[in-house]
Amino acid sequence: MTDPTIQRVRLTITGQVQGVGFRPFVYRLARDEGLTGWVLNGPGGVRIEAQGAAEAVTGFSRRLQAELPPLASMASWEQADAATVPGETAFEIRPSQGGELTDAEVTVDTATCDDCLRELADPADPRHDYPFINCTNCGPRYTIVTGIPYDRPFTTMADFAMCPLCSRQYADPGDRRFHAQPVACPACGPAVWLVDTHGRQIACDDPVAEVARLLSGGKIVAIKGLGGFHLCCRADDEHAVARLRERKRRDAKPFALMAPDLDAAQELVAVDPEAANALAGPLRPIVLLPRLPEAAVAKGIADDLPALGVMLPYTPLHHLLFARLAEVGFAGPIVATSGNYSEEPLVKDNEAAIAHLGQMADALLLHNRRIEHRVDDSVTQQGVDGRLAVVRRARGFAPKPVRVPQAAGAKAVLAVGSELKNTVCLLRSGRAVLSEHIGDLKGGRAYRHFIDVINSLEQLFDVQPELLAADLHPQYLSTEYALRRHRGELAGREVLPIVRVQHHHAHVVSCMAENGRTGPVIGLACDGVGYGDDGAVWGCEILQADALAFERLGHLRYLPLIGGDAAATQPWRMAVAALAETFGDGARAWLERLSLPVADEQIDMALQMLSVDVNCPPTSSLGRWFDAAAALAGVADANRYEGEAPMHLEGVIQSGVEDAYPFVIDSTGPFEIDLRPMTEAMVADVVGEQGAGVVAARFHNTIAAALLAAADRARAETGIDTVALSGGCFANRYLRHRLSTSLAGAGFAVLQHRLVPCNDGGIALGQAVVAMARAEAKVSDSTKAT
Amino acid sequence: MSDDVIQLAHGGGGQLTVDLIEQVILPAVGGQAAGELSDAAVLDTGGKLAFTTDGYVVQPLEFPGGDIGKLAVCGTVNDLAVSGARPVALSLSLVLQEGLSIELLKRVLSSAGRAAKDVGAAIVTGDTKVMERGSIDGMVINTAGVGSMLPNVFLGFERIETGDAILLSGPLAEHGLAVMSQRKGLQFATELQSDCAPLHELCAALIDELGDGVKLMRDPTRGGLAATVVEIGRSCGRDVEIDEAALPANPVVRGAADMLGLDVLTVANEGKLVAFISADAAERAVAVLREFEIAQAATVIGKVGEASDSPLVELVTSAGGKRIVQMPYGEDLPRIC
Repeated sequence: MTDPTIQRVRLTITGQVQGVGFRPFVYRLARDEGLTGWVLNGPGGVRIEAQGAAEAVTGFSRRLQAELPPLASMASWEQADAATVPGETAFEIRPSQGGELTDAEVTVDTATCDDCLRELADPADPRHDYPFINCTNCGPRYTIVTGIPYDRPFTTMADFAMCPLCSRQYADPGDRRFHAQPVACPACGPAVWLVDTHGRQIACDDPVAEVARLLSGGKIVAIKGLGGFHLCCRADDEHAVARLRERKRRDAKPFALMAPDLDAAQELVAVDPEAANALAGPLRPIVLLPRLPEAAVAKGIADDLPALGVMLPYTPLHHLLFARLAEVGFAGPIVATSGNYSEEPLVKDNEAAIAHLGQMADALLLHNRRIEHRVDDSVTQQGVDGRLAVVRRARGFAPKPVRVPQAAGAKAVLAVGSELKNTVCLLRSGRAVLSEHIGDLKGGRAYRHFIDVINSLEQLFDVQPELLAADLHPQYLSTEYALRRHRGELAGREVLPIVRVQHHHAHVVSCMAENGRTGPVIGLACDGVGYGDDGAVWGCEILQADALAFERLGHLRYLPLIGGDAAATQPWRMAVAALAETFGDGARAWLERLSLPVADEQIDMALQMLSVDVNCPPTSSLGRWFDAAAALAGVADANRYEGEAPMHLEGVIQSGVEDAYPFVIDSTGPFEIDLRPMTEAMVADVVGEQGAGVVAARFHNTIAAALLAAADRARAETGIDTVALSGGCFANRYLRHRLSTSLAGAGFAVLQHRLVPCNDGGIALGQAVVAMARAEAKVSDSTKAT
Repeated sequence: MSDDVIQLAHGGGGQLTVDLIEQVILPAVGGQAAGELSDAAVLDTGGKLAFTTDGYVVQPLEFPGGDIGKLAVCGTVNDLAVSGARPVALSLSLVLQEGLSIELLKRVLSSAGRAAKDVGAAIVTGDTKVMERGSIDGMVINTAGVGSMLPNVFLGFERIETGDAILLSGPLAEHGLAVMSQRKGLQFATELQSDCAPLHELCAALIDELGDGVKLMRDPTRGGLAATVVEIGRSCGRDVEIDEAALPANPVVRGAADMLGLDVLTVANEGKLVAFISADAAERAVAVLREFEIAQAATVIGKVGEASDSPLVELVTSAGGKRIVQMPYGEDLPRIC
């Protein structure tokens, strides 16, 4: 007979429990409670068997949940009694198990912790000034993972054999580095070195100090980091910034800054407590914050836009660099922009860096810890309400799954996302692995990277997709890939069913999904362009939607895109379209008075194209109305990067202007929001020499009012009073704040994006959830039928 | 009903049909005497034959630089030429709309006849039908063509190798933009001209000079260079890179395309040759092409990349970036957010 006072439990825990110091934590707790047994990392999560006195086992379970390590979080907890093991004397950490179906999570890269920073600065510490110091609470994770379970042989640290010191700490359950897979020190770990633009090593005692000297002297240096390379230069050096723009072939899109610390960041931008938490927290995204008038940065960083993107150092190398910069007398922020040609994937390997970044930088700081996954810096934005929302989801966020319990079907779905700001998504059993930001697939390198990310996510999470989800747009490269895979045209890939999801439906469902809703909701999906199910170009859609289906309740009145995509880069074309729609033949007179920044012949030709209907597809896009308004208000000549004109329009808004222009919502179904009355009043303002700030404010107020009225109308038709806001237009803080506040004031529950981008970076999640819902509905249909 | 327009009875097979053929069609195209007209032509070619057919619809029927008659001859001649054949004989099948002006018919048929004569390919057989108003727009022409294969022709997708050079004989998009602006009445400062022209001499000269150095030839018509190169890339299983800065430029056409928001890579051409040439013969091929009036701007525009199971065509843009070139969908759909 076994001792009845002795109990043994078997636990399986999933969630953020690997690579976060979870096993040593379990080990210490078990020893603390006097238990025997074991813990191991399995592909299905962390497995524990613990045995001892009943009250000790209970205490162990309780503390396991109450005292989680800082980076850990639990998604599920299964507990069962097990047969006691006689004669067991110790609690041990067992080797990881591979094989079988995995549900383990790959953890995210995390900023250097305070303990490591202390050691980094301590001359007596063996890792003093070591650029790769880390522990179980910080350091590289996803960027170095080559397989699962998360264990050193399955990381790029497998290249380095541990020295006695590192081995000892790695094996000591009482040590901060117990089973810290990337553990390293100067004796055994990776190293940095400096090369010139031809890849020849530059001899120097301290490469980081040399980089600091170059940077402070106005040079551009490419620095290998966590998920790829940065291109860096002084942020206050107009010439250096201009050279960087020219070499990187990046016209105007703002550069991100890295400030040495929070105090320095506070000299650049307005930082409230929430922003401070984001800036200095473990994820360390770039945070877009209101620029202070006294911010000492070159005009070339972000023109005169009201926001700057700022981040703080997140690797030991960054911290060392700023220390060295301070030693040479430079304490300001540096530009830390992604190391690539504009719109291409981040460069991550040394050879590619020399080949490509060697053309842009004056020197390159390399290291020999391979980067397995190319991961950009994430970008978050602080709303007027103070809350943060991710607008580019990458380092620190990916590939942490988004929990969508409402999409719990067992089928594995691969959603291939949109074309611009592409991400992909693997969804199974309520866990949506949304990939890191991939980018604009139109570039060949980005498209190949897209395929690599799909392959590596499938391998890393050991998921074989059983269903594909893709956008309706027939020319999206992501859709083209999915269709080829669907038809079995990809070597070694089986034929799979495909679900095509309308762009704005995907937007709304992505917002519902991250908010844990199943709907139905009223979706306000406002962006630049999405292919409609009638073949038209949609972009301001009021939908009644759930995960399964949607109905288009209303939309913006169609406006012609004069020259198709050319209208998206040349806002004056939208101004001409708006005037022609509003005034008909009278448009010409207005155009003469407005003096758009374009030759008369081009305006004539645009009007001709309209009158004979050459390449003027109709669109209900709201983004294009922002372009039109920006051109009419005279604040932007071109969209050299996505959203440039609307950002300038938002930037000039004069505060305190509360009134709006008129608009009409007609009474047919689906209803149309008609902005022609607004156009009349707006051009009257412009020719009446009303300032751009007033025009911009009134325009924004009108759009917010029109969307509120549309939501009201939708509520009256459907009885639904929950609204989901999605689409790239909601990256506009003013619009989002004004609309969400007024919706809440009118009694709506408002769902917004936080963890998933409101722009096309969230499309893949919506696609996956819709496909899952359709697959489930089909199953239940066929069950009914039989 | 007026005598100077096509009547339904012109297609009835009776005297009116005979009159139309003898008095309008044959004199215009400059073919045989009526006595020799038969349902089939007998050709003495000897050796291997190439055979092709194509239908032609275009609005307007006449446009700057050409008309439907010339187009119908050049198009079929070019299909033979890029296959490595010398055009020998053509058929001409007309479907006319009731009410079509006979003067117009004479003009486009004369134009077809002249084009055939210039090429040295006789129009040897034909047919005429008339359809009611509203069932077609003006006229439709079908031409079939027979050519005799030149010696030393070694063309095929399987011959394309990594590193092969891609040549283009001149500026893109002239035909498509000329026809569209004519049809829509768009007034550009300089009138756009179609490039409609026969390519048989260019093709024969390349084969003659370079033999198996010529791997593949195409005339990029509908769908433009994009459709042609994407199809070739898929068929030979290799990536392809095109250099935007190297594309022969017609500034008038480029300006019009930018204004209209159209991509010159996807707009139709009717007198351009794309040739895949082994790298070591590329320079000579350019020189051979530049001997011809219509190929003064011939140049290397790209090269064949590595083998791939998902071949991509990429355009290295003038700005230094890269952009994937896709098979045109039909019409370009906006997609910029």
